[in-house]
Formats: sequence, C-alpha cells, structure tokens
Amino acid sequence: MAMTATVGHAHADPHHIGVVIEHPGPASKRIVTAYGFWVFLLSDIVMFSCFFAAYAVLSGQTADGPKGSEIFEQRNVAIETVCLLLSSFTCGMASIAADVRNRFWFYLGMAVTCVLGVIFLVIEFREFADLVARGYGPSRSAFLTSFFSLVGCHGLHVSAGVLWLLTMMAQVFAKGFRADVLRRMMCFALFWHALDIIWVGVFSVVYLLGGAP
Amino acid sequence: MLGKLDWSAIPFDQPIPLVAGAVVLVAILAVLIWVVVRGHLPYLWHEWITSVDHKRIGVMYILLASVMLLRGGSDAIMMRIQQAVAYQSQGYLPPEHYNQIFSAHGTIMIFFVAMPFVIGLMNLVVPLQLGVRDVAFPTLNSVGFWLTATGALLVNISLVVGEFARTGWLAFPPLSGLSYSPGVGVDYYAWSLQISGVGTLVAGINLVTTVLKLRTRGMNYLRMPMFCWTTLASNLLIVSAFPILTATLAMLLLDRYLGFHFFTNEAGGNVMMFMNLIWAWGHPEVYILVLPAFGIFSEVVSTFSGKALFGYRSMVLATMAICVVSFMVWLHHFFTMGAGPDVNAIFGIASMIIAIPTGVKIYNWLFTMYGGRIRFATPMLWSVGFMVTFIIGGLTGVLVAVPPADFMLHNSMFLVAHFHNVIIGGVLFGAFAGFEYWFPKAFGFRLDERWGKAAFWFTFTGFWITFMPLYIAGMLGMTRRLQHYDVAAWRPWMIVAAFGMAVLSIGVICQIMQLVVSIRNREALRDRTGDPWDGRSLEWATSSPPPVFNFAFHPDVRGEDAYWDMKARAQQQSFEHDVPEYQDIEMPRNSPTGFVCAFFASIMGFALIWHIWWMVILGGIGAFATFVVFAWRDHDEYVIPAEEVARIDRVNLEERRSLVSMAGAV
Ligand code: HEM
Ligand SMILES: [Cu+2]
Repeated sequence: MAMTATVGHAHADPHHIGVVIEHPGPASKRIVTAYGFWVFLLSDIVMFSCFFAAYAVLSGQTADGPKGSEIFEQRNVAIETVCLLLSSFTCGMASIAADVRNRFWFYLGMAVTCVLGVIFLVIEFREFADLVARGYGPSRSAFLTSFFSLVGCHGLHVSAGVLWLLTMMAQVFAKGFRADVLRRMMCFALFWHALDIIWVGVFSVVYLLGGAP
Repeated sequence: MLGKLDWSAIPFDQPIPLVAGAVVLVAILAVLIWVVVRGHLPYLWHEWITSVDHKRIGVMYILLASVMLLRGGSDAIMMRIQQAVAYQSQGYLPPEHYNQIFSAHGTIMIFFVAMPFVIGLMNLVVPLQLGVRDVAFPTLNSVGFWLTATGALLVNISLVVGEFARTGWLAFPPLSGLSYSPGVGVDYYAWSLQISGVGTLVAGINLVTTVLKLRTRGMNYLRMPMFCWTTLASNLLIVSAFPILTATLAMLLLDRYLGFHFFTNEAGGNVMMFMNLIWAWGHPEVYILVLPAFGIFSEVVSTFSGKALFGYRSMVLATMAICVVSFMVWLHHFFTMGAGPDVNAIFGIASMIIAIPTGVKIYNWLFTMYGGRIRFATPMLWSVGFMVTFIIGGLTGVLVAVPPADFMLHNSMFLVAHFHNVIIGGVLFGAFAGFEYWFPKAFGFRLDERWGKAAFWFTFTGFWITFMPLYIAGMLGMTRRLQHYDVAAWRPWMIVAAFGMAVLSIGVICQIMQLVVSIRNREALRDRTGDPWDGRSLEWATSSPPPVFNFAFHPDVRGEDAYWDMKARAQQQSFEHDVPEYQDIEMPRNSPTGFVCAFFASIMGFALIWHIWWMVILGGIGAFATFVVFAWRDHDEYVIPAEEVARIDRVNLEERRSLVSMAGAV
C-alpha cells in the first residue's frame, strides 16, 4: 500500500501538524477479505476462550468421577498433535500451489491435509466413544462436561474445516484458480492454521496441565 | 415425528396471546395478499429481499426494529397496567403469563429493537460517510440481516406455539435449567438469540472491516465523522463480546439438551460462571448500543449548531476509552453475590471511571452548542432531550456502582428505572434522532416537522412520568418483576407510571402519524439538493436517495467535516468542470443467499426447539447447500456503464447547484 506524504495546507491540517499522511483510498478486495476473516478468527478465539475458561473453572469438579490424569492417553494426543501440525504444513503447500496455479500440488496438498484432518477426527471420536462407553460421558461430572465441550468444539471446527476443504477442492476443480476462489482458499488456510493454534492451547491446557496427577 | 410438538402447544385457554397472534397473522396475511394482488412481489423480491445494497439493508433493519418496537411496547403497556391494578389482587395477568411478558419484553427490546435499529443506521450511513460505494461484505450483510429477522420470527412464534421463557431477559440458571424450566420457553429464547447472534456477529465483522479498510482517498482516521468512530468502537465490541454470548448460550443449551453440567447444581456445575460469562458480554452490550447513539448525537449537534464538533480528538479518545473500560466492569451486575469487599471495590471504581469519558462527551456536546447558531429541528430536539435525560441515568448508574448502595438497590425498581433511563434516553432517543436526521437521505423527502416535534414532546414527557416514579418505588423497597404486591405505598407510583405509559404511547402514535403524513405530502417535502440540513459529512454530498453506487467518484477528502469543506470552497462547481471522465462502476449483484439461508435457519431453529431431529438435519443441509450454490455462481458483479453513471450524476449536480452556490458564500 502506497502512502503518499503531502504537505497539508491550512484546511487539511487543522491541528497544525505540518505533514499529513493521506489515506490512499479503499483497499483491494483481497486485503478486505483477508482482513475480515482475521476479525472473524479473532472472534472465534474469543469464543474458544470461554470454553477454556469454563475448563479452568470446572476441571477440579470431578464429582467423584475420574480425574484428567486417569483418562487422558498421552500417546493418542501426541499422534493427534502430529497430525494437525503436519496438516498445517501440507495446507501451506496447497496454498503455495494455488498461488502458482499448480493443480497437481494443490490437489495433493489438500488431499493430504484432508487425510490428516480425518485421522485426527477419528482418533478424537474414538477417544470420546471410549470414554462414553466406560460411563465417563459429559454428564458424568462438570469436569467431563467442560472437557468434552472444549475438545469437542475444536473437533467440530475441524470437521467444518474438512467440509470446507472438500468444497474448496471441488471449486478449484470446477472453476479453476479464479480470483474469488483464491480469496476463499486464503481464508480457508487462515482458518486451518488458526485451528492448529487453538489445538496447541487445548493440548497444553487440557492434556498437559489438566492431565497432571 | 414432530418431536415435542402437539396441539397442547397452542394455548387455546388463554385469550390474550391467541387473539394477539390471530390479529398479527391476519395483518401479515393481509399485507401478503395485498402485495401479491397488486403485483408488488417481483419488486419486493428484486429490490429489497435479495438486495445487497447497504442502504436497503439498513432500511430493512430499521423496519424490523420499528415493528418489534410495537410488539415490545405492547408488552410494556400490559405490564404497566398489571402493576397498576395488581395491588392486593392478582390483576389480570396470571403469574406464568406475566413472567413470559417481562422476559419477552427485555429480550425483544434489546436484541430486536435496539440492536437492529443501531445496526440499521450504521449500515445506512457509514459507507456514505466514508465516501465509498459499499460495505466490505455486501452479501454477508444481507445474511446478517435475515438471520436477525429469523430470531425475531422465532420469538414471535413462541407467542402462539408453545411459550416463551419465564426467566427474565438473561435466563439465569438454575432457573433456566431443565429442572426448573422444563418447557420450550428457554429453548425459544436461546435458539432465537443464537441465530440472531450469528447475524449480529456478521454485521460486526462487516462494519469493522468497512471502517478500517474502506475509506475514500484522504479519509484519514482523524478525519472520519464521529459516527464512524463510534461505529468502529461499537462493532469492535460486537466482535469481541458476542462470541461470549454465543458460548454461554451454547453451554446453557448443552445443559438442557444433553445433560451437561456447566450451570447445574449437581455434579459440580457452577452457576456463578454463568453470571460472569453473561455479564462479560452484557456490560459491553450496553455500550454496543449506546456508542452509536453517541455518534448520532455528535453528528446532529454539530450540524444543527452550524459548528464543527467541539473537542473532536477528545471525543475519539473518550469513545475508545469507553470501548476498553466497558470490558472491565461486568462484576457490578452481581455485587451482592459474594465476591467480597476488595473485588467489589475494584469493580465499583472501574464502573465509576466509565462516567469520566461519558462526561467528557456531554461537555463536548454542550460546548459545540455554545456560541452556535442552533436550529431546533426534530433531530436536535431528541439530542437535547437525550442530554438532559441521560445525565440522570448516568448518575443513577454511578450510584448503583457503589457496592454498599447497590446492596439496597440491586434488583429493585430503582435499577429498572436506571437502565430504562439510559437505554430509552440514550439509545432510543439516539435512534429516533438518527431516524429523523437521515430519513431524507434514505428516501428523498423530509419528515413532517410538526408531527415530529409532537412525537418528541409526548415521548419525552411520557418517559419522565413513567420512569421517575420507578426510582421512588425502588427506594421504597419495591423489587423488580412483581406480578402483584400488597404494599400500599407503592401503589400511587405504579398508577402514575401507567399514566406516563399512556403519554409515551401518544408519542409513538405521533411518530406513526408523522410517517403517514410525510408519505402523503412527499412531493412537498421532497429534498432535491441531497443536503436538507446543511450537513457537514459526505453522506450529504450525494443525492437523496443516493444512487446504488453512492458516489460517481470517490470523493477527495482534505480535512475534517469533508462536505462542509467542499461547500465552503464551492468545490462543487469546479468539481463539475474538471470532472475526470466517468468510468464504469462494478457493483455486487443481488443475491437471495441471505433470505434462503434464513429460511433454513428458521426451520432449523424451530425444529431444534421442538426436538424434531429430521427437520434439524434438513435445515442444516439446506443452509450448507445455499452457501455452496452461492460460492458456485460465476458472476457476482454487474457493471453500470459510464454513460449511465454520468447521466445520474449530472442530474444530481444540476439539482444541487443552487444550494451550493449559496453555501459557498458563507
Ligand atoms: C455511567 C455509566 C453507567 C454505570 C456506572 C452503570 C452502572 C450499572 C450498575 C452498577 C448496574 C447493576 C445494578 C444492579 O444490578 O444492582 C447497572 C445495570 C444496568 N445498566 Fe447501567 N450503568 C451505566 C450506564 C449504562 C448504560 C449507558 C446502559 C445502556 C445503554 C446501561 C444499561 C444497564 C442495564 C440494561 C442494566 C440492568 C441489567 C439487568 O440487571 O437486567 N447502563 N448499571
Ligand atoms: Cu453494566
């Protein structure tokens, strides 16, 4: 963005600062879209922070049910984390491929991202199903309520992300790398990376801190 | 098949909601039939329902708010009558009905009157003031509006199908939990707020991005009109506070639907967590509402005093200070709930600190008027009325922010008087001022001043007669939300308040009359100049109503009060001579996405409330499919050719030349 500095005249400069940086006018669509999406992501993070806060408040309220250290499987969580971090990398590859209009690498990057995302979801789903089967469902205690909600909320976001990812692939297939498709791809990439950041929070707060005996 | 829904959901034994519902239904049907028979349907569909023009969407928001104001107002009248008669008797409203009415009243007034009114005004005006052609996300803007309308629809459906919450407008648990509120009332409440909350969030993102990223050349931050600043502040609050509401209601719903234990009394749930979360949204919410109103008053006061806004920079600073501090005071809503003296003291002081920037604003408005040539047109009357009224409301706010005082006044009628004092005196007066002020811009003709002034005086006096007695009743120990009472000392004040309500209602009728009379006389009231009030900011630089593209050229801004500046230098004429060549303008194409999406959201919301799971899935798939179809379209813009732009713009310039040469001499 080019900012031009002009010397203001009397009218333009009521506060006698001398030099006025003139605003160059409306930003381009790409910038506007990305900016708006950033604002959305920030609001989404605020929403997550409420579930984090609830977890912090309720994690001790086990109501004679299991504690975190008794039910968390660090090995699974490690695999989940690796999946998500790797998927961020492949998502980045797909973004670059989209920028240079390379379909092959785009599809490959997105497909791998999708697979990693699905693996993550399957592991999470099995963890949940296993807990419920053992009688440790979300209604067992306030601790489990907050655990299922926070992790599940992230999981729902990942599911939505996978749906979006598939839609993006279909869009590129049908429409090619059109400007609006590229803008959406940029938003998708931001979304996916943001989920990764949130997972780092979930991993640290829920599984590491909450898993301490 | 239909979940919990069966014939017992319709309150055949209660005449009031049934009759009201029937009347509304007949009215809606009549309007629909009229529209179809007169052949207006294509026009409505193409020009309004599917419109992505920020001006049209703004108008629809305001229309929604006005209709809902009548609904919320009817609730208010019923409550005032009940409290006037229910002395040592049951009155005419049974308790479970009365409880639904005050809950619906609060919910409707905040979420479906105040919010859409200010969002509508911001939508209508801000892009014009910034000198640009549109908002950042036009189609999403339409989605946001229609989702808000969905929420309003669900609340109104609850009148006849099922029931509404009996929990008050914030549905505190454990009362709102499944064990104490097993019916669908709280579900109606929560789902309509969830759906309209998404709409509000979308509007917030859209407006933040618009103000920060779409400004015309030279529109530096410190040259933006005050209304743009307060819009920015208010929408920053929306994007940071509404997700808290969404999360909180989601937790409440999880408790109710899936047996979670966020806020239950069993299994370690924590009710105070609800209080903290809901007020962490709730206090910023009151500033989300009132900041845009502050912006409107700033515009109006400066225009009608014929002076630049006094202390522009301090006003900006005060606005942003309020924006930040409003997040640090939420605990003052539950001083009495055991936080302890230290915490209470800190939050009490923080609350009082908010009064400082607010005071700065009041002084700035007064100094703007000082020495000005003041014209007391209707918008200005609302503004002056606001200053007088709001100061009282602010002072009582500071009073209840003193924890020891609040232990006496919390949940009393005094509190009811406080927040009506700030919300009616601040937000509603602001909305009315903005309505009167920008109506000519939106529709091309002015509103009748005589009816407008009558509306102001009746509403203003009506307000004082209604709410001052509530302060007194509160100090006499009357608590809020009483369906009946036995204390003789309260009775006279309740009767006075009911009388005040009647005066207020005359004000509302005057406002409706004003609209009717003005539409009748629209030719006489026509505004051909685009600048009926001798305005100062860029919305007055284009015709009334503005063309779809707002401005043929992005205006060049050289300082504060951009349009005043142009007029003073009679730039308009030279503007016309050295016009660069007109160019094609690309505008976003209309789209039914918002409407269709809201249609599915309504189905989904209704199905969720009544546990009709197959319908939930259907609605969800429909909403997703709508978005995919939207993403698939090939042409999202259309081009207005340069000749057409030139033709429209020349007409505009022609019509206003006389005015400009006059103002140029000033
Ligand atoms: C000087 C500024 C203000 C201060 C210090 C202040 C303080 C307070 C306090 C301490 C309460 C809680 C009292 C109680 O529950 O016992 C309260 C309630 C309330 N205030 Fe204010 N207030 C201020 C301005 C406003 C404004 C500008 C609005 C709205 C536009 C507003 C709307 C409300 C509402 C809606 C409630 C009651 C909510 C409920 O309990 O249902 N206040 N205020
Ligand atoms: Cu507050």
